[in-house]
Amino acid sequence: MSRLSSQLVFVVALLALAALTPVVKLASDYHFDILVTIAINVILAASLNLINGYTGQFSLGHAGFMAVGAYASAWITLHAGEPAGASGVLRFIVALLAGSLAAAVVGLAVGIPSLRLRGDYLAIVTLGFNEIIKGVIQNAEPLGAQRGLGGMEKYTGFFTGFGGAALTILVIHNLVHSTYGRGFLATHDDEIAAEAVGLDTTRYKVAAFSVGAFFAGLAGGLYAHFKLFIHPEAFGFMRSMDIVVMVILGGMGSMVGVCVAAALLTILPELLRYVAHLEFLPDALRHVVENRMILYSVLLIVLMLARPQGLFNFRFGKTKT
Amino acid sequence: MIEFLQQLVNGLAQGGIYALIALGYTMVYGVLRFINFAHGDVFMLGAFTGFYLGPLVSRAFGGPSYFVAALVLLLAMLACAVAGVVIERLCYRPLREQPRLVVLITAIGVALLLENGGQLVFGVDPQFFPDLIVDRALEIPAGWGPLAALTITLSQVIVLAVTLLLLVALRYVVNRTRVGLAMRALAFNPTAAQLSGVNLDRVIPFTFGLGSALAGAAGILASIQQPSIDPLMGISAGLKAFVAAVLGGIGNLPGAVLGGCLIGLLEALVVGYLSPTYRDPIVFGVLIFILLFRPAGLLGRAQREKV
Repeated sequence: MSRLSSQLVFVVALLALAALTPVVKLASDYHFDILVTIAINVILAASLNLINGYTGQFSLGHAGFMAVGAYASAWITLHAGEPAGASGVLRFIVALLAGSLAAAVVGLAVGIPSLRLRGDYLAIVTLGFNEIIKGVIQNAEPLGAQRGLGGMEKYTGFFTGFGGAALTILVIHNLVHSTYGRGFLATHDDEIAAEAVGLDTTRYKVAAFSVGAFFAGLAGGLYAHFKLFIHPEAFGFMRSMDIVVMVILGGMGSMVGVCVAAALLTILPELLRYVAHLEFLPDALRHVVENRMILYSVLLIVLMLARPQGLFNFRFGKTKT
Repeated sequence: MIEFLQQLVNGLAQGGIYALIALGYTMVYGVLRFINFAHGDVFMLGAFTGFYLGPLVSRAFGGPSYFVAALVLLLAMLACAVAGVVIERLCYRPLREQPRLVVLITAIGVALLLENGGQLVFGVDPQFFPDLIVDRALEIPAGWGPLAALTITLSQVIVLAVTLLLLVALRYVVNRTRVGLAMRALAFNPTAAQLSGVNLDRVIPFTFGLGSALAGAAGILASIQQPSIDPLMGISAGLKAFVAAVLGGIGNLPGAVLGGCLIGLLEALVVGYLSPTYRDPIVFGVLIFILLFRPAGLLGRAQREKV
């Protein structure tokens, strides 16, 4: 897809979202919640896909960047004075941008150790940064410390959420498919060969971390102004894992696959909840479905055993990592 | 000064437990080169085996005693070894030829299964671990001067003694037996090891069993020290042990022990002198700092990349 046509798709997607917004308002709060969560998870998975999928690094700390974005933007909307009318939305956008930039700066700081570390060592360092970010927030009184931070206004909706997701996908897609961006794939495929033809792989790794972190920060900002209450525990190691699972299950480096996997994994637990309430279900089966987290983990294992290359991956089928 | 020594004692007892878990991470990494994220939850299984078997064994042999504790320890190690072998057979062996990241996700799946399954079977609330021995503070001879002010509990001594015993036993298995030789060969050069007749289907399950048995022992020892157990106890302990394994140089057995002790000591000092809320950030901060200067861990050797 050429860049022009991908921008066209983006504009059409935005128009479609705008057209859908009044329709979505009819949905119940519960379904609306799931929808926006899908959008946020798509942003997270797509941005991690740049680091873990396209560039072949292994980050286990994506939730840390999300936390930076969430807390930075929430702090700004909470402290930037009373909004009047449209300026509220403007303030939200400024806060989102500032949060994303803050996350990108932290991403830069995390990207630096990747100069020397690879594989599992890089994974544990990113995980460590995640825990450090969480720990710093837990000890920061102005950010609510252990009590969490609340009182934000609800700015995130269907259009902002999916608009953010579309923007993330557009930027990352265009970045990876640009002349410059080929370097990400080259770093993934063979670092030594990439170095040999004169690519600065270090720079690509750091760029992947900063851009990935930027959009994770965006997701965090949207999350904070949707849930209206954020707590350090929500941005721990487990959430980072959730995002990694989305990326690998979707097929690393396959943008469509990763986005579909993000949506599926968001819906799946809710779907299981729904199934558990079906009338005609035999009691034994109902008992199984009611423990949906167990079923979820079994499904995860079975899916990986059945399709190790990822659900929707047709490109990197046989690459070794 | 006494307070400092006291923190060292507490930290060492905790560090021994981390070391036992870290050994499992590092051994599996040695033969398969992947991080077994479910390992921390095997530690939890060990604790709950003790929780259910402890009262039975204790009743059968007339109340808490060293013999009861030893028997429960062995049973928990056995149960965890079986669990480890079963997990390997069902979830990891079919994926042996796949990229390691795929196995990693499966491992996350297994971890989630054990955690959520544990919450279903064992209940969500923390349980009180039964007394296997009668814990008490040891009396330090007055001749030791100011050291007499230290509080050392019997359980701490037992934890350290059992940890040391298991480490010696492990060292014997790895360095002096045929299967240990096969494990080392596999870690050194997988292709060459297989060419010289190392049977993967025997060595890998053995490694999982051995590592899981150590985690099971750690589960019992940790519960003797801190009798409150819950199905999610493996997450934090597993994470710390993983950090310990990486800190020492993953794949390196003495490194795992060194890393475990260092993490335990560091935690005790941070909790004692700063605040418990700073514990995790400081542990990870030190890890990152050390990895910046020694990218392959304290005892690990950096491998030069071949083209």
